[in-house]
Amino acid sequence: MGENGAGKSTLMKILYGMQKPDEGTIIVNGVPMAFATPAAAISAGIGMVHQHFMLAENLTVLENVVLGSEPRRGIVLARRAARARIEEISASYGLGIRPDALVADLGVGDRQRVEIGKVLFRGARILILDEPTAVLVPQEVDELFANLRELKSEGLTVIFISHKLDEVLKVADAITVIRRGTTVASVKPADVTARDLARLMVGSELPVPGLRESTRTDHTQLTVVGLTALTSDGRPAVDDVSLSVCRGEIVGIAGVEGNGQAELVESVMGMRPAERGRILLDGTDITDWSTRARREAGIAYVPADRQRHGLLLESPLWENRALGHQTRPPNAKGPFIDRAGARRDCERIARTYDVRTPSVDVPASVLSGGNQQKLIVGREMSDGPTVLIAAHPTRGVDVGAQAAIWDQLRAARSAGLAVLLISADLDELIGMSDTLWVLLRGRLVAQVDPGRVTPHELGCAMTGARDGQ
Amino acid sequence: MSPLPKQVLPALVAPALALAFATLISALVLLTSGADPLLTFNSMLDFGVRPDQVVNTVNQATTYYLAALAVAVGFRMNLFNIGVDGQYRLAALLAAYLGGAVSLPAPLHIALIFLVAMAVGAAWASIAAVLKVRRGVSEVISTIMLNAIATALGAYLLSTWLSVPVAGSNNIGTKPIGFSGQIPGLPFPGTSNRIFGLVFAAVLVGVGYHVLVSRTRFGFDLRATGLSTPAAVASGVHVRRMVLVTMGISGGIAGLIGMPQLLGSSHSYSLDFPAGLGFAGIGIALLGRNNPIGIAFGSLLFGFLDQSSQILDLEGIPKEIVAIMQATLVLSVVSAYEMVRRIRLRQQQRQVGAGPAAAPPAPGAPPDAGRSGSGGPA
Amino acid sequence: MTPSGTDFRRSVSTRLGGKNTTAQATPARIALLVVGMLVLLAAVRAFTGAHDVTSSGTVRAALATAVPIAMAGLGGLWAERAGVVNIGLEGMLILGTWFGAWAGYQWGPWVGVFAGVAGGCLGGLLHALVTVSFGVDHIVSGVAINLLALGLARYLSVIAFTGTEGGGATQSPQVDEIRTVSVPWLSDWLGTMEKRQWLLASDLAGIVRGLCTGLSLLTIVCVLLIPLSFFVLWRTPFGLRLRSAGENPAAAESLGVNVYRMKYAAVVASGGFAGLGGVFLSEVASSIYREGQTGGRGFIGLAAMIFGNWRPGGLAAGAGLFGYADALQLRQSSAVHALLLFVGLLLLALMARDLLRKRWAGAAIGAVSGVGFLLWFALSAEVPGQFVSATPYVTTLVVLAVASQRLRMPAANGVPYRRGEGR
Repeated sequence: MGENGAGKSTLMKILYGMQKPDEGTIIVNGVPMAFATPAAAISAGIGMVHQHFMLAENLTVLENVVLGSEPRRGIVLARRAARARIEEISASYGLGIRPDALVADLGVGDRQRVEIGKVLFRGARILILDEPTAVLVPQEVDELFANLRELKSEGLTVIFISHKLDEVLKVADAITVIRRGTTVASVKPADVTARDLARLMVGSELPVPGLRESTRTDHTQLTVVGLTALTSDGRPAVDDVSLSVCRGEIVGIAGVEGNGQAELVESVMGMRPAERGRILLDGTDITDWSTRARREAGIAYVPADRQRHGLLLESPLWENRALGHQTRPPNAKGPFIDRAGARRDCERIARTYDVRTPSVDVPASVLSGGNQQKLIVGREMSDGPTVLIAAHPTRGVDVGAQAAIWDQLRAARSAGLAVLLISADLDELIGMSDTLWVLLRGRLVAQVDPGRVTPHELGCAMTGARDGQ
Repeated sequence: MSPLPKQVLPALVAPALALAFATLISALVLLTSGADPLLTFNSMLDFGVRPDQVVNTVNQATTYYLAALAVAVGFRMNLFNIGVDGQYRLAALLAAYLGGAVSLPAPLHIALIFLVAMAVGAAWASIAAVLKVRRGVSEVISTIMLNAIATALGAYLLSTWLSVPVAGSNNIGTKPIGFSGQIPGLPFPGTSNRIFGLVFAAVLVGVGYHVLVSRTRFGFDLRATGLSTPAAVASGVHVRRMVLVTMGISGGIAGLIGMPQLLGSSHSYSLDFPAGLGFAGIGIALLGRNNPIGIAFGSLLFGFLDQSSQILDLEGIPKEIVAIMQATLVLSVVSAYEMVRRIRLRQQQRQVGAGPAAAPPAPGAPPDAGRSGSGGPA
Repeated sequence: MTPSGTDFRRSVSTRLGGKNTTAQATPARIALLVVGMLVLLAAVRAFTGAHDVTSSGTVRAALATAVPIAMAGLGGLWAERAGVVNIGLEGMLILGTWFGAWAGYQWGPWVGVFAGVAGGCLGGLLHALVTVSFGVDHIVSGVAINLLALGLARYLSVIAFTGTEGGGATQSPQVDEIRTVSVPWLSDWLGTMEKRQWLLASDLAGIVRGLCTGLSLLTIVCVLLIPLSFFVLWRTPFGLRLRSAGENPAAAESLGVNVYRMKYAAVVASGGFAGLGGVFLSEVASSIYREGQTGGRGFIGLAAMIFGNWRPGGLAAGAGLFGYADALQLRQSSAVHALLLFVGLLLLALMARDLLRKRWAGAAIGAVSGVGFLLWFALSAEVPGQFVSATPYVTTLVVLAVASQRLRMPAANGVPYRRGEGR
């Protein structure tokens, strides 16, 4: 295990043949090996379940599973044989895979099981799972761990990459900690505590999100009333949601990915039309306003997918500073773009928010994830916003940047900013929210007290499971 | 953008390499078909620098420049307006007809012709834009179809409603535009050919293009949409509106393509009005990487190649070699630019120390922060 | 010009938003649609007396024009299924016509076929090199290849054809014909049926007769390539790998598929199909190479592919449709006039469907355009010659405008892929 950016994924890519090492040896079953391609690793019995699912949405489960190792009958694909084998694997390991389903129709948990089925189909004896629990709630994590124990009992080896201390302690037989690309320790779970691991991983204490005293005022800044938004199939993705965010308050929304968070954010930002309901900003009805108008009225947005929605990767940093704010000073002067102004302000943001970059002229793609996110947060906090919509603000960001961003959010909250926080990080939600809602199938199903709820309870609410199931 | 000197040198490497490569290929083609490459290039150079040819080159380049600008506006937003060809011909036809049909004091007459041309070009381009925005039809295919339809429509209008026979030939054309609608050319030493007066207008359009795209808020929105539409949407850009407006601007500039020829020399639209300028414009826009200065160089180059190749027929060498030269040049330039861009990106990534930030996440999975050092492709 | 081109296209269409009640294209619905159109067509023929609307002559001509469109479309399909957009099909078509005629008149038509395919493959190889290995934007590369092919054909024509018998700078000498076949007794019997002019029966007879009389062997080869493509792409491991390269190349790479090789294979094949379509144009549809012969069929082929939702069956239907429109303009001009009536009625039918679904904007457009076409039909005696020649292009545009919304292209189509960069 190791924090984001420690080199875990690179190491796994080398093990799987997707990247070549510069030095060192890999020994499998006593035999030194070098993998030039994934095919070589596969034939050595290594199977990788990737962090970002490597599935083709428009193909069926069967097609995804057999790709690259297709059973043949002459030149034709032997579908029946393939289907039989997949069903056999699915039954033996309790995976529940349906070969003829289209991947696009599957949920996240099912897709992960298809990935596991993929590697088992190829006769993997060594499984590498890269951050598998990132997309799961506590109950699903337990199911996954049960599957893993099943695999272990069949004699397979599992390498489990994670930065989640409690999970690693629960499931591992042996733990190796990596920091900055080097092994720093190999321990047994019985011998260490979570704090020890944290210290090994980071070299210091892990930051903890936490709010001090309440700074919530009575001035309601953002209100959502009966908001309903539909998907392209006509189903409600956001179903009659009502909430309000006051100045000086952070309202958190917890939920398994795919339950309407993205659509809720899009509706509030004006990127998705609302079927029913109203959105009010400081009393003004902005339901029919364009995204630009909403932004100009003081709504700031930190998108979940920073590379697709938050940045122009090929453009220099100062242009990215202007992105989202290109109609106002310091980025604009009349109908023109104020280059000098944007550059100056970008330099200010880089200083204040500790964005590590040689200059503001480099393209955004050269920055690390953490620095990109700091830039985005910095940009959105400028121009005096009254509301901040932050979707997964510390996802995939190294620990230092995460702490910095949390500090910035706390400071802004104290200064009176109204924040709507959407996250999948339960610790972040519990630690940073004044008010915490649970979103399930597009509806707000529960409001929990962040001061008292446990991750397990929260997980139950998020999946709709009753306690004890 | 970043400081000029650091940008300019590498920016010239790619086209220089490409030019060398294209020349090489053309020489090979000539050799294999029994022609002498050195003779070919020499003849072209000798002929091309003659004063009357220089004037022709500049005139040709003026038209090409406008065509490339029209295409480039769309390209900056990832809109492929391949229909520039049809747009300019329809615009020239209708503008010529109206110009010939009325008689107004000079500045008004010319202004009217310009306005009509731009309006027709913009309107024809808008058809493709509306189809894209309302029905999701790819503008690549729709503009090409509209080209063919424009040809048919133009032929119909010309032969049925809009023309009079041209004295002493089989040609038909619109009624010639009166003196108040003509623009005098500029004299050039050594020849009686004159440079199109509208060369200044072309330069102005180029300047306007640069200001619009690189300096205005509209241009920022335009470029953002072309670079990353999701990011542009999240930043408040009205994408549909942008498509309509940009295609309109592109069509409007396209409408001007025929103006130098029309107002400076032919004064009427007839069956032999130059065709195919739109496609040359596309090539030049690609060549010049949508940059107004690059496009200017490209236009002059293409114009030079076109004019100087006229001599080749007299030497027994097919002048169509120039078409191959131009196309090879375009292909090599776009390839060279892409390769240079990747090398520079990798250099910059190594500079910053952090590796390239990771790919966008699949639903529900957080992306990597960064890989160390040279985490590039194997 | 970046990979976000596809994002752009997709985001424009998703932002059109609103309800999109997509109906499933089940075989039953398709059959119903086809039968409905046939009935409408037959009615129009009876009403206007324009025999050519459903005559065997038209259908035969339609087949001849549909084949190059279908081949171009098939080329587009192979390339796009592997994730490479091939706008250069027109250029590869041109290469096919030129090399087919050049080899054909010297060494016989079948040698010409091979030469045309080879010429197209060379074009495909160039496109693959530029897009896959150099990473240039796919559309840019395609446009540039079109320019190159045009210039090359012109230059080579001057070199090879001037001074030959019947040839010149813009056309080649005559190429010998390829054998044609017919189904003898069926042809004759259907011929008699057709002449009787009974509603629907004679129309069907005409259509079927057109499909089995005077068929060139090359036509048969080309038509067979369509089901063959389906078989290869959907039933073999090679086809699965090729499609995976277009759906999720990173996933394919991680499973040991050589994505680069798949893309190369697909694009070269794409060029080959286009080349074949080109040979068909210069050897069967006519018997010489002529400049401008391709007439935009590369793009119409792409439209057919889009219409067919990137599947060979739909592609064939689209090609048939466009081929029919193309053929009609070569026959009686009264047939084109009758087509106005057909289109008008069809648009009114679409309006009715939109009314039922309460889509007012669509219904309004359907009403206005339907009535417009009907008025045009009623008020004119014939369609002017220039408009007739634009029939296939207008048809393409209208079909795309109506059908574009409900489609699903390969997920990684048009995205430049670099090994090891992940998604």
